Amino acid sequence: MSITPTPPGRGDTATVTAEEVAAGGIGSPPEPRQGARRSFLSSPVGRHVGLVIALVVLVVIGMVTAGDRFATGSNLRTVLTLAVVTGVLSIGMTFVIIGGGIDLSVGSLVALCTVWSTTVATQEMAGKSTWWLIVLVAVLVGMGSGLVNGIFIAYGPIVPFIMTLATMAAAKGLAEVISQKKTQVIRDTGYRDFFTGSVLGIPTQVIVFVLVAAVGWIALNRTTFGRRTYAVGGNPEAARLAGIDVRRHTMLLYVLMGLCCGIAAVLISARTNSGSSNLGLGYELDSIAAVVIGGTLLTGGRGTIVGTIIGVLIFSVLNNVFTLNNLDTSTQAIARGAIIVIAVLLQQRAARTELRR
Amino acid sequence: MPPEVNGDPGPDLVHSLGRRTFLVGGLAAATSAILAACTSNTPAADSSSSSSASSSGATTAASGSSSSSAVTSAVESSALTSSASNPEGKMVKIGFSAPAADHGWMAAITDNVKKVSSSMKDLQVSIVEGTNDVNQQISQVETFINQKVDAIVLLPFDGAQMTDVAQKATDAGIVVVNVDRVFSSPLSYRTYIGGDNYGMGVSAGRYIGQALKDKGVSNPKIAEVQGIASLPLTQDRSKGFSDALATFGFKVSNQVSAEFTADSGEEVTTNLLQAAPQLDALWNHDDDQGVGVLAAIQNAGRKEFIMVGGAGSANVMRDIKADNSVLKATVIYPSTQAASGVLLARLLVLGKGMADLKEQEVPKSLTLYSAVVTKANVDTYLKSAFES
Repeated sequence: MSITPTPPGRGDTATVTAEEVAAGGIGSPPEPRQGARRSFLSSPVGRHVGLVIALVVLVVIGMVTAGDRFATGSNLRTVLTLAVVTGVLSIGMTFVIIGGGIDLSVGSLVALCTVWSTTVATQEMAGKSTWWLIVLVAVLVGMGSGLVNGIFIAYGPIVPFIMTLATMAAAKGLAEVISQKKTQVIRDTGYRDFFTGSVLGIPTQVIVFVLVAAVGWIALNRTTFGRRTYAVGGNPEAARLAGIDVRRHTMLLYVLMGLCCGIAAVLISARTNSGSSNLGLGYELDSIAAVVIGGTLLTGGRGTIVGTIIGVLIFSVLNNVFTLNNLDTSTQAIARGAIIVIAVLLQQRAARTELRR
Repeated sequence: MPPEVNGDPGPDLVHSLGRRTFLVGGLAAATSAILAACTSNTPAADSSSSSSASSSGATTAASGSSSSSAVTSAVESSALTSSASNPEGKMVKIGFSAPAADHGWMAAITDNVKKVSSSMKDLQVSIVEGTNDVNQQISQVETFINQKVDAIVLLPFDGAQMTDVAQKATDAGIVVVNVDRVFSSPLSYRTYIGGDNYGMGVSAGRYIGQALKDKGVSNPKIAEVQGIASLPLTQDRSKGFSDALATFGFKVSNQVSAEFTADSGEEVTTNLLQAAPQLDALWNHDDDQGVGVLAAIQNAGRKEFIMVGGAGSANVMRDIKADNSVLKATVIYPSTQAASGVLLARLLVLGKGMADLKEQEVPKSLTLYSAVVTKANVDTYLKSAFES
C-alpha cells in the first residue's frame, strides 16, 4: 500500500528527505510540541475543541429533554449504528479531501454496490451461495468504480468535481438499469442476521465502523501512504519534485473511497434488507459535511480522522435528540445548518488561538 | 419519439409551425364563437383536420362556464352521433406523458398504460420517456399538440406548472385527461382522475382505530412514518389519518418523516422506536420506504404493535399474505389510474359515456377509493399490485 516506485533518475536519499520536507512542511497534522498547554491543544481533544463542545452540548440537551430514553444503552447503540454508514464513507472522504480531491459520486456508488450485490444474491444460480458473496461483490464493485474515477482524475486528467459528478449520474443510471428501478429484497436471512446482530452487546455494524476508522487512522498517521496523502493534497508540485508518483497516489485515493462505498453498501443493504437505486441519496453531502466540520480543509493538505468521527457523531446525536423529542425534520434541518456554521467558527477560533501561542 | 430539448425546437416543431399558427387562428375563432353563445360550430370545424377533436374541445371550453349548457349538450349529441356512425372503426390517437419512473409506483403507472393500450385494438398510444424536468414535459405536450393527437393523458410532474400547456392543448381541441396531480385551472382539462391522499390516511386511520378498539386499548400509542414532509400529499395523508383516528378518540403520539427511500425509512424508524419504547400501531405512508421501516422494526426485535403500509406494493402484499411480521395491512393508492385515464380518454374521443352510469358523458372528475388490503382480501389485489 505504501510502496511507490521511485521514478528513474532520482536518488533514494534525496527522495526521502524531500518527501519528508514536503509532507512535514506543508501538510501533516501539527506534531505535539513542548509545554503542557500546547500539548493539550494539540491532543486529539484539544484540536477539536469546538466539535467536542458541540457534541457535549447536544448530549446535555438530549439528557435534559429526554433523559429516560436518551441515556440508555440501547439508545447509545442506536445512535452509533445510525452513524455507521455515513461514518465509513466519511473516513474514505477524509482521505480524498486531504489528498486535494472531492468525491460527489459516493451516494450513487453505494446504490450501485447494493443493487449489483443484491442482484447476485437474488439470482437463482447464487441462491445456494452464502452471504459472503454479496459482501465480495459489493466491495469489488465499489473498488472498480473508484478505480474508474481515479484513472480519469489522475491520468485524464479530469477535475475531480467534474469526473465524480459524471460518475454520480452514470452509476445511478447503471443501478437503475440493473435493478429495473425496483427494490430488491434480500431473502437470505443469514446476511441480515450477521450484519445487524451484535457481538458482546456491541452491534456488528459499529464494530465494522471501528475497524474501518482504526485502519484509516493508522494509514493516515503512521504510514508512508498517509504522509504522501498530506503531501499530495498540500502541494502536488512539491510532492512530485519530492519523488512521489502523484498521479498513482491520487488514483489509489479514489480506489480507497470506492472500497469504503462497498463497505457502506454492505451495511446499508443489510440494515434495509434490500438493494435499490434509490439508496444512498445525498450521502455525498452528508459525508462531506461531516468531514468539513471535522476540520479538514476542502483545499486539501490538512485534516484528521478523529475530527471526522466527531463530526459524524454530532449529526447522528442531533437526529436522535430531535426524534426523541418528536420534533419535525424541518426544524432539524435548520439546526443542522446552524451546527455546521457554529462548529466551523469555533474550530477556526481554536486554530487561531493555537497559532498565536 | 425522443423528447424535445427546451429552447431547441428541432425539425419537427419548425415544420409544424405553420400548422400551429393555422390552429391557433382557428382556435381564436372557436373561442369567440363560444363567448358569443353562438350554437354554430362551423369555424372550429373548418380550421381543424379532425371534426370530432374540435367539437370535444369546444365542449370542454363550454363546460367550464355553466351558463352555456345548451351549447354543451348540442355539441355533445353531435359528437355522439358521429362516433356511433363508425363504432370501433376510428383509431384513437392518444399521447401519454408522466414523470420519470424513478420508483416502483411510477414505473407501474407507465407499465399499466402500455398494457391497456396493447389490449385495445382501436387505441394508438404514444408514450414519451418520463421526465422530472417540467420544461421537457411541456415540450412533450407541445409535440403532441402538433401531432394533432385526439387526446392527451397527462400525469404532470407539477400540476400548477403544466396548467398553461394543458390549456393550450384543450384550446387546440384536444381532449385532456389530467391524472393524479391536479392542474390549477379546471378549464385546462376535460376529466380528472386521481388517487385520494386524504382518503389513504382515512382508510389507514379507520383500520387502525377499529383494530385497537376491538382489542380494547384505551389510550394507544400510535406512530406515523411520513414520506417527504414538505409535500402537500404527505400533509393530506397525515390530516386524513389524524381525522379518522379522532373519530375513535385516538391521536398520533409519534411522527417522523422519511424520504420515500428504504434507507431513510430505516433510519427514522430506528430512532422512532427508541423514542417510543412501547407502541400499539404504526402507519407508514409509503411501501417503497416501507422495506426499510419493516427492516428497522425487525432489527429492533419489536413485535408488540400492528403496522399498516401505504400505496400497495407487491412486496408488502406478499408479507401481509405470509402473515409472519407486524405488517397486517396496507392502503391502496392505485397505480392503474393512468391506464384508466387512457380508457377515459378513449371514451371521451369516441363520445361514449360510462356504461353503468345514467349520464351520457364521462364525469368531470373521478377520485379513486383507497381500499384496505388485509390477509382476507390480499389475493384480489395482489395481481394489480406494483413491484416496488
